[in-house]
Amino acid sequence: MATQNMNFDRAAPRALRKLPSEINILLVLVGIALVFEILGWIFQGQTFLGNINRLKIMILQVSVIGIIAVGVTQVIISGGIDLSSGSIVGAVAMVSMSFAQTAEYARAVYPALTDMPVIVPVLIGLACGAIAGFINGWLIAYTKIPPFIATLGMMVAARGLAKWYTKGQPISFPTDSFAFLGSGMMPVLIFLLVAVIFHVAMKYTRYGKFTYAIGANPQAARVSGIDVERHLVKLYIVAGTLAALAGIVVAARGQTAQAGMGMMYELDAIAMAVIGGTSLAGGRGSILGTSIGMVIFGVIISGFTFLRLDAYYQEMIKGAIIVAAVVADTYRQKKRVKKA
Amino acid sequence: MLDGAGASARGVYTGDYILEVDQVRKEFPGVVALDDVQLRIRPGSVHALMGENGAGKSTLMKIIAGVYSPDRGEVRFAGEKLEIRTPLDALNSGIAMIHQELNLMNTMTVAENIWIGREPKNALGLIDHAEMARMTQALFDDLKIRLDPQAMVGDLTVAQKQMVEIAKAVSFKSDVLIMDEPTSAITETEVEHLFAIIRDLREKGVGIVYITHKMNELFEIADELTVFRDGKYIDTVAAQDVTRDQIIKMMVGREITDMFPKIDCEIGETILQVRNLTLPGVFHDVSFDLRRGEILGVAGLVGSGRSNVAEAVFGVRPATSGEIRIDGEKVDITAPPVAMQHGMAFLTEDRKETGCFLNLDCIENIQVALLSSGKVDNRGFVNQREVNRLAEEYAAKLRVKTPNLAETVANLSGGNQQKLLIARWLLTKPRILILDEPTRGIDVGAKAEIHRLITQLAAEGVAILMISSELPEVLGMSDRIMVMHEGHVSGFLDRAEADQVRVMELAAK
Repeated sequence: MATQNMNFDRAAPRALRKLPSEINILLVLVGIALVFEILGWIFQGQTFLGNINRLKIMILQVSVIGIIAVGVTQVIISGGIDLSSGSIVGAVAMVSMSFAQTAEYARAVYPALTDMPVIVPVLIGLACGAIAGFINGWLIAYTKIPPFIATLGMMVAARGLAKWYTKGQPISFPTDSFAFLGSGMMPVLIFLLVAVIFHVAMKYTRYGKFTYAIGANPQAARVSGIDVERHLVKLYIVAGTLAALAGIVVAARGQTAQAGMGMMYELDAIAMAVIGGTSLAGGRGSILGTSIGMVIFGVIISGFTFLRLDAYYQEMIKGAIIVAAVVADTYRQKKRVKKA
Repeated sequence: MLDGAGASARGVYTGDYILEVDQVRKEFPGVVALDDVQLRIRPGSVHALMGENGAGKSTLMKIIAGVYSPDRGEVRFAGEKLEIRTPLDALNSGIAMIHQELNLMNTMTVAENIWIGREPKNALGLIDHAEMARMTQALFDDLKIRLDPQAMVGDLTVAQKQMVEIAKAVSFKSDVLIMDEPTSAITETEVEHLFAIIRDLREKGVGIVYITHKMNELFEIADELTVFRDGKYIDTVAAQDVTRDQIIKMMVGREITDMFPKIDCEIGETILQVRNLTLPGVFHDVSFDLRRGEILGVAGLVGSGRSNVAEAVFGVRPATSGEIRIDGEKVDITAPPVAMQHGMAFLTEDRKETGCFLNLDCIENIQVALLSSGKVDNRGFVNQREVNRLAEEYAAKLRVKTPNLAETVANLSGGNQQKLLIARWLLTKPRILILDEPTRGIDVGAKAEIHRLITQLAAEGVAILMISSELPEVLGMSDRIMVMHEGHVSGFLDRAEADQVRVMELAAK
């Protein structure tokens, strides 16, 4: 078995191939932004991209959902789906806010537990998200029910919990330190932190490699020595925890928590992942792609508002774009596999 | 008119060739899959199409069946140029195909599967299920297939599903029937059955294209054969005029003198002891020893529990009773990671289902077992440079043919996929290697290379358990052979005393 002197210039083509999927998405982003810029000059007589304030607001609007999308992307790469994130946002907003109220407010949920250090509501909120994620993951991994059903159940249940928690009453008057988590550009910073951490995790750790392998072929992953069930539980815990983090940021930013918060966020997060090149068939996608997908999402919303397009049209066009992204993914997948 | 199997609705064509492929060329980005090939099928004959994986056989069949369109050249059917754009066009023109992969709908009945799109309707225009069942029964009677038309396809064994596919193809009453490795998943008895059906169709004037890797089948059933190599047409000859060695030479362009190059090597101490392993209803009281440097072959018919024993030893589906000892110590293998900790590796039988990550690239396929063994990471962080280096080293050692290791594995030939999977396990430096059908569906050249590699590993002291449906492989490679029959070990044979007859006696009892 002679080791042959074959030519190994493999590192280069590998890197070259890995990049394009994200570069394509980046090009789409640039294209869409330029279209709005041009339309802006034609219809509004002003710049779209040149307005820093607009860009700031745009990124602020999407980064909370972006935090969720980072978790949802990982779940989708593993071949699953998470519909419960929006409801977890609502439930965690309520729960964490109830531990973050100031003593000055007379009708706090827990009058004895006011003016707590900020770490308390944050940890309690994250723990709630982790527990919800654990239940999702455990059901999916060990009872083998489809992720769609398990997380649909959690979506309904968590929303119910959010409403039951104060019998529908909003919770307000957070401490300054809690409100700080949602102030200014904090949501964007938190998103960036989360995105960088999980970008590294997905690309450079076993955690990430196993996620891709499970999404590509769960049986083969199992026979290759991966504890598929345990890994799935981990993934859904991550997704639940990140949704909880988004819930904390939402509550802190609004300085109030309502049971209806985060409604439909799960779908926007899935859309960001899909627009960013994550394959619903599993096995492919990246946090970088999702981050670009998030910005595309923001540009579109902010662009439509900028053009004074009616909100109804906005939603219809948003829907079309999501479908177009999936069609593009299917087409890419076909091209990747040249011959059967 | 759809009743039963039989000759074409269009009558027997009287010209010399029913199907002619002339100067067909097909390119994919970066590869010439077919380079001006030809193929001529006579009515009422069985024409074998041979070639290594990647020779272009499947591509040509897909052109004939309308899945791809050729860049150049033409396909003539009964003397007329064929314009096929979809698989349905092909069927309507009188060309039916049995694909290598099963294309059945598991949640529908046998009858529904066969007549899908052609369902008989009653006066109201609704599907007439009774008539459909009757038609299926008539078809099965004609083909002597014993299956319930109302059975759920998902409940059938792979071999039974294959028979349903065959019946479905026959039911189109085509003039040309293409079979792409129809015997890769069925047992000896069913192969005989299939051959009886083929001979019957041949007598009725059907032209049959038969793609296979198995030499003995070729000589049993084929009248003529055409060989492709690397997308090029090599030759067409009458089956009776050639020898096995000549065909192999045509296919690989070189002589392969020793197919099973087992070299004698020192057999060391016992490393794996299996005692009374039982999984009720699947296998019972299986006991064997495996020693360092030994190749223990496992023979038996499909369904005899061979693969299940391997899965139990590796923890994929653990046994409920019995014990496994490694180096004399009792171990409790509950899951694959446990088996890997004890130095085991397991190449599964089904490359596509449980082996490859088809959508991922070569590196990602090779590295996975090494990563899960936890030998190359630093607190969870993967040293990708080191992993890439190892992957490249082993891909080169195993002579994996691919433009680069960033290629998507789905684009590789079966032989190269198999080599990648072997590389995946060799990276973990196993002491015990379990191989389930290590050379199934791969070409002669790659086969010989894999055999050489297995021998090499044994010589290095790895203990090897090798399951194979191919008797020559088991006989040629093994130091000892364990034969299984209906979930029980029916006997052991030493290399010296083993031959085809004795193994079959034990396997079929």
